Amino acid sequence: MAKVLMKGNEAIAEAAIRSGCRHYFGYPITPQTEIAAYMAKRMPKIGGTFLQAESEISAINMVYGVSSAGCRVMTSSSSPGVSLKQEGISYLAGCDLPALIVNVQRGGPGLGGIQPSQSDYFQATKGGGHGDYRLIVLAPASVQEMADLTAKAFDLADKYRMPAMLLADGTIGQMMEPVELPEDMRTTVYEKPWAVTGTENKREHNIVNSLYLVPEQLEKKNIERYEKYKTVEKNEVMYEEYMTDDADVCVVAFGIAARVSKNAITAARAKGIKAGLIRPITLWPFPKDVIARTAEHVKGFVSVELSMGQMIEDIRLAEGCKKPVTLCSRVGGMIPSPEEVLKAIEDMEGGAF
Amino acid sequence: MAVVFSKPKALTDAPLHYCPGCTHGIIHRLVAEAIDDLGILGRTVGVAPVGCAVMAYDYFSCDMVEAAHGRAPAVATGLKRAMPDRIIFTYQGDGDLASIGMAETVHAATRNENITVIFVNNAIYGMTGGQMAPTSLPGQVTQTSPYGRDVKTVGYPIKVCELLSALDAPYYIERVAVNNVKHVMAAKKAIKRAFENQVEGRGFSLIEVVSSCPTNWGMTPQKALDWVESDMIPYYPLGVYRDKSKEAE
Amino acid sequence: MARITFDEDVCKGCGLCVNACPRKLIVLAKEKINKKGHSPAEITDESKCIGCACCAMMCPDCVITVEKQEVENG
Repeated sequence: MAKVLMKGNEAIAEAAIRSGCRHYFGYPITPQTEIAAYMAKRMPKIGGTFLQAESEISAINMVYGVSSAGCRVMTSSSSPGVSLKQEGISYLAGCDLPALIVNVQRGGPGLGGIQPSQSDYFQATKGGGHGDYRLIVLAPASVQEMADLTAKAFDLADKYRMPAMLLADGTIGQMMEPVELPEDMRTTVYEKPWAVTGTENKREHNIVNSLYLVPEQLEKKNIERYEKYKTVEKNEVMYEEYMTDDADVCVVAFGIAARVSKNAITAARAKGIKAGLIRPITLWPFPKDVIARTAEHVKGFVSVELSMGQMIEDIRLAEGCKKPVTLCSRVGGMIPSPEEVLKAIEDMEGGAF
Repeated sequence: MAVVFSKPKALTDAPLHYCPGCTHGIIHRLVAEAIDDLGILGRTVGVAPVGCAVMAYDYFSCDMVEAAHGRAPAVATGLKRAMPDRIIFTYQGDGDLASIGMAETVHAATRNENITVIFVNNAIYGMTGGQMAPTSLPGQVTQTSPYGRDVKTVGYPIKVCELLSALDAPYYIERVAVNNVKHVMAAKKAIKRAFENQVEGRGFSLIEVVSSCPTNWGMTPQKALDWVESDMIPYYPLGVYRDKSKEAE
Repeated sequence: MARITFDEDVCKGCGLCVNACPRKLIVLAKEKINKKGHSPAEITDESKCIGCACCAMMCPDCVITVEKQEVENG
């Protein structure tokens, strides 16, 4: 298969189309607008929908409508816009509707900046909207993964009937790399007998709804949903291990932070420090087990983040506070340099933290 | 003996939860009658709002979606874009459509989205217990305007039909009422027409139904209908505000 | 000749049909309470009913079914 040079954001859009997504709704916001622009060009040519919504809130509710009809659908935005979408995401979760939400993160809080960030980790993995629910959260670290994980997200969303989020950052979104895109990226076609496609006077009416006024029923619904989440946690954890076998210091990083960290690990190894990396690909479900296993033989962990220390909490929970975990982070659109990560690795190795 | 009037098929057997004399029941029936008359029950999908009509999904026998507060036109847009051959309607109250969902309403209208919007205006928030609505009349006493709606501090009511008819796009906009038999018959005709427009692919139709809330207005059901006539209709004049079929002539 | 039937237990006793009847034939039952605890609507003299369905049109709860004698051709 021939490789083509693509921007990360465009790879998401093309992969979505090749995954059978024919409906896109969005609102312009930097640094992800290429996705909308790409969809605006492509969708009319293939009989799909591109609609620039009046707001992020409307866009996510249009997604809710299409998903109710049983079709693959997505929206994309960047941090402030994703905050606006939280209402709709909570409703998608509450109605057990599949959908893909892409967040190409920028610095925050508030209007923040337009440079890359990972500071929506909490929002993506801990809820974001109201109520008890989870999102499947996938974190690409290359343009190829922007494409592959888009296809994966659609698949998992349909499989488990829940919304999935691609949590990227401005760097990967804007980066150009060669990618391989299979013509058809769909894996399984899922039956959706629950969809509101019209009864055709042949069946009872379907209802897409998240309102349960009887507390016993709402409790039951929540418990059932969390049983489903347990299955996701059991079956769908994805991560990459890099030189962890003999590691004394384990870096944990995702997305662009993981790429920087790999350079730092090479530099550390050149200096004789046995460093390795665990790169979560699913942020939820979080790769807890591999971190727990690694905790048995490392001196400690370094969480490399483009946030003020968010994923570090999940690392501590996973390793059970057995080993020290330090934070190496830059925020506001800044990215830690390999030297900064190396320094953090060296400090951990030398016990200076 | 031939049945000349019975419950339409597009309504389920579920008893309505509305208060005695609440005109939501009449409007539900008119929507259902339009669906029956046009023979579109099997290909209709309705969108329920947040507000008193939140459980409309239990009452209509077509497929139904419950939308977040104010978002019904956006949800309907998604449904229609995914299934252009299906008939999509929203059923929304004044808080839902004209306050929290104003952006969704205006933009669905200006896209001439091929959907049918049923807008129930009873000048109050019913479900939450009688707070001021965007359509509460000047001076109207509600739980959150206990001294009467003071237009100097909270502004004037929003006249949705007038507002939307300032847009170029929407196909059909009409205001009706359900406070007496004559008005109910006119409302039935308007609602049927709004569905017909969609079947014919003509675009956005909105029917505003001036209605009552006996419970939160603190009136008997009949007194409330009298108040619709004496106070509501003068402020919200009935009639066709936009009819593109006429403009085309 | 017409016949009107009330789905008595669905009636909420709001009385809108009472006012809608042009012949004033409908009342709320004085000594009857339905399952919901309301005094349901009932017709006083069905022989006077013309089957206009005004009552049914104003009923918010689809309580009323109206039947009418079909007019013979010619």
